[in-house]
Amino acid sequence: MQQTKKRKQLKISSWITKWGTLVTILLLLLVFTFGNWNSDTGSSIFLTTTNVITVLRSISITTIIAIGLTYALAVDGMDLSIGACAQWASTFIMTMFIWYDLNMWIAIVLTIIVCLTVAAVNSLLIILFKIPDMIASLSVMFIFQGVALTYSRGGAITERMVRPDGTQAPGLVSEQFRALGGEPWLIIIMLCVVAIAMFILGYTKHGRYMYAVGGNKEAAKLSGIPVEKYKILAYFLSATFAAIGGISLAARIGTAQVQAGDAFLMPSVSAAFIGFSVLGAGKANAFGTLMGAVLMGVLQNGLIMLGVPFYMMNIVIGTVLAIALALTYVARK
Amino acid sequence: MDKLKLEMKNIEVEFPGVKALDGVDFSLTSGTIHALVGANGAGKSTLMKVLAGANGHYTGDVYIGGEPVETRSPKLSKNLGIEIVYQEVDTALIPHLSVAENVMFNSMVNHMGKKQLVNWGAIKKSAQAVLDRLNVDVDINALARELTLHKKQMVLIARCVAERCRFLILDEPTAPLSNTETQDLFRVVRDLAKEGIGIVFISHRLNELYEICEHITIMKDGKLVDSMPLTKELEVNTIVEYMLGRKYDGIYTKKDCEIGAPLLEVENLTEKEGRVKNIDFYVRKGEIVGVAGLVGAGKTELCKTLFGCYSHTGRMKLNGKEVRLGNPQQAVKSGFALVPEERRKEGVLVTDPVYANISIAAMKKYTNKVSIINRKKEKIEACQMIKDLGIKTPSENQTVALLSGGNQQKVVVGKWLNSEADVYIYDEPTKGIDVGAKQDMYELIEKLAAEGKGAIYATCEFQEVLSICDRIYVMYDGKIVKEFAYGEVSEKELLYYSTGGKSIDATNEKEETA
Ligand SMILES: Nc1ncnc2c1ncn2[C@@H]1O[C@H](COP(=O)(O)OP(=O)(O)OP(=O)(O)O)[C@@H](O)[C@H]1O
Ligand SMILES: [Mg+2]
Repeated sequence: MQQTKKRKQLKISSWITKWGTLVTILLLLLVFTFGNWNSDTGSSIFLTTTNVITVLRSISITTIIAIGLTYALAVDGMDLSIGACAQWASTFIMTMFIWYDLNMWIAIVLTIIVCLTVAAVNSLLIILFKIPDMIASLSVMFIFQGVALTYSRGGAITERMVRPDGTQAPGLVSEQFRALGGEPWLIIIMLCVVAIAMFILGYTKHGRYMYAVGGNKEAAKLSGIPVEKYKILAYFLSATFAAIGGISLAARIGTAQVQAGDAFLMPSVSAAFIGFSVLGAGKANAFGTLMGAVLMGVLQNGLIMLGVPFYMMNIVIGTVLAIALALTYVARK
Repeated sequence: MDKLKLEMKNIEVEFPGVKALDGVDFSLTSGTIHALVGANGAGKSTLMKVLAGANGHYTGDVYIGGEPVETRSPKLSKNLGIEIVYQEVDTALIPHLSVAENVMFNSMVNHMGKKQLVNWGAIKKSAQAVLDRLNVDVDINALARELTLHKKQMVLIARCVAERCRFLILDEPTAPLSNTETQDLFRVVRDLAKEGIGIVFISHRLNELYEICEHITIMKDGKLVDSMPLTKELEVNTIVEYMLGRKYDGIYTKKDCEIGAPLLEVENLTEKEGRVKNIDFYVRKGEIVGVAGLVGAGKTELCKTLFGCYSHTGRMKLNGKEVRLGNPQQAVKSGFALVPEERRKEGVLVTDPVYANISIAAMKKYTNKVSIINRKKEKIEACQMIKDLGIKTPSENQTVALLSGGNQQKVVVGKWLNSEADVYIYDEPTKGIDVGAKQDMYELIEKLAAEGKGAIYATCEFQEVLSICDRIYVMYDGKIVKEFAYGEVSEKELLYYSTGGKSIDATNEKEETA
């Protein structure tokens, strides 16, 4: 008797560990669907195509940046400079268009290359100077927040602005570029980024090596894996996707606002960490990161629809996150 | 002193997918030393964790002196006077605290009451008193991380007996020790038993049990096989047959295999910090070369230097071509494989499944041109390795952390056996592995040799090098001091040379029982 009960408890708890996050998302969907029920039409204003697209669009940039972080977390690293890198990217690309009137594709490639300096500095500090990743990337964050601000002379980059040398900026932001920041392109970019990450981490040798480095550095080294190379690779991927996120941000708002990119740091970190628990993976993974971002996005969107005032929003978001994570981790041994 | 009896009745423990204990009875009397044996994964550690409060979800009953007790948490067990030294010594010590603090850790944690200040003088005095009682020589001001494994173990035992301890569990304490250290441990354990502490002693070295244990309990597949007094009449082979449930004659006959051209030639290898000096040796194709020596003789250092972990001078030729190994990655590329000694730390990815561990050093086999993994092939070959080595796991997808100690060891060995290297370096490959599985492992090692690979087999278990190595080098103080061919040397002589040709008497008694 007692035994079968125990066994059942064991099963339930391992089930919750596995599905906790996804169940939370489902519950939220239900709550928001019926919380926003319109009795006249007999349908919910929450579960409409437009709103689903709104949610997807709103989480796109977070997800793209968080996927970059997922690589860093896979090698048991940490990259707090992603927000600053995104900001640097959005500032830089805007000046390419507005100050220098550059072709879109050239500007994009150039921006990504320039943003890899962030990864280079990170690698230098973390791998060569052996500074713990958290603080190393924190200092890199400060450096590049400063770089972005200094480069734009502390202001926003907008069309027809006056350039630092006093002349009026010649360039415009093309419609083609703006389209990248709207649906369907932004959502497609996000899904591609997630799919590629799922593929690399889950199905290639390189992903396996990254997880091995993250799981046990010493064992990975003795297995013949070039540990440092993979760590550096992870930071470069992290910066690359942060840059893509920043570029998408620029495309979406059509300007580069001061500190707009920095704001993505915390949501991205949350999304990637929530991802650990999805399907009981126990480590950073691309699908989990996407689900983490979805959880945050749904929450934010639903709460706005329910009319929760903005000043209370973070209380609710934080609480739901804590509950979702508690569900996952409490049953774990 | 009254004899106190600890009894466990009908204990069951279940983990997802594994029934680890199935109606086990066990009893232990104070003042006696009780051996607990069984193949890897038989459930020894799990049973002892029940006593220590680490498997709180057990069903069944525990009695002490006839009174029912609950050992649902480590705290409850500690209050009952049950202490355990786990298989993984390093996990229990706090590396950057001093020996004194580590010894007195429990009382610092549990008996401070409302006191907020630590009385360092008193702590040091009590720690010294405990160590004196055990008659072990460790500097109480040294940091735990600076100690040798043997000393670390002593510190942990001291921690256990610093509290009121009535029952002490030692989970494979001798696995990493050499003979002299084992003798030292035995002395301490005997003294503790004389004080009236009941001791459970888990070990895969069955021979040594006769020296100190009065009683033996044998487990197999989560069940009790038998429990009886341990006397000379009870033969090792009989115990093994109980453990494995099949016939066992204890004799391993080395297969003859053809020895070919020189494969690895090492000249004047010296490690930068002098941990190994002026090493000259060679390995031929199909040859298993033993490196025998006591703990601390430099075997591990030699293995790691060969593998490029430490910077070194000297020349190495592989297949007649000079190789320079600046790091392990180059070593693997050139065709070396190393089964490292500290497997948990250096060998396994504990959070990954078994199959991913087995394939990680041989990814080339499983990937196509664009690095995509063929997971099906990976799993099939992993299953084969699981079968060959007898790794006890519910499936190839099980997380390695959830395997028993010995089975984790097997996974690491399996990982390297699976790689396609030319020279295999084994550093204590059978540490923590049961007798039955040892033979499986020998067979695999010989099979690789028969394919023309070379093997370097470093161990402090002289019996092993004597039974499977074609040639044996003896190491002492970082140097190779002697070379022997198969069948040319006795265990006694090996011991003589591995102690620097001096103290043959000090370790004599161990010899006789072995
Ligand atoms: N936390 C756990 N989750 C799942 N399975 C477990 C867990 N702990 C132990 N097991 C399983 O229980 C069985 C018994 O393991 P145990 O560690 O007691 O073996 P053991 O007799 O100590 O072996 P060894 O000699 O290798 O140390 C093994 O099959 C192991 O895989
Ligand atoms: Mg064990």
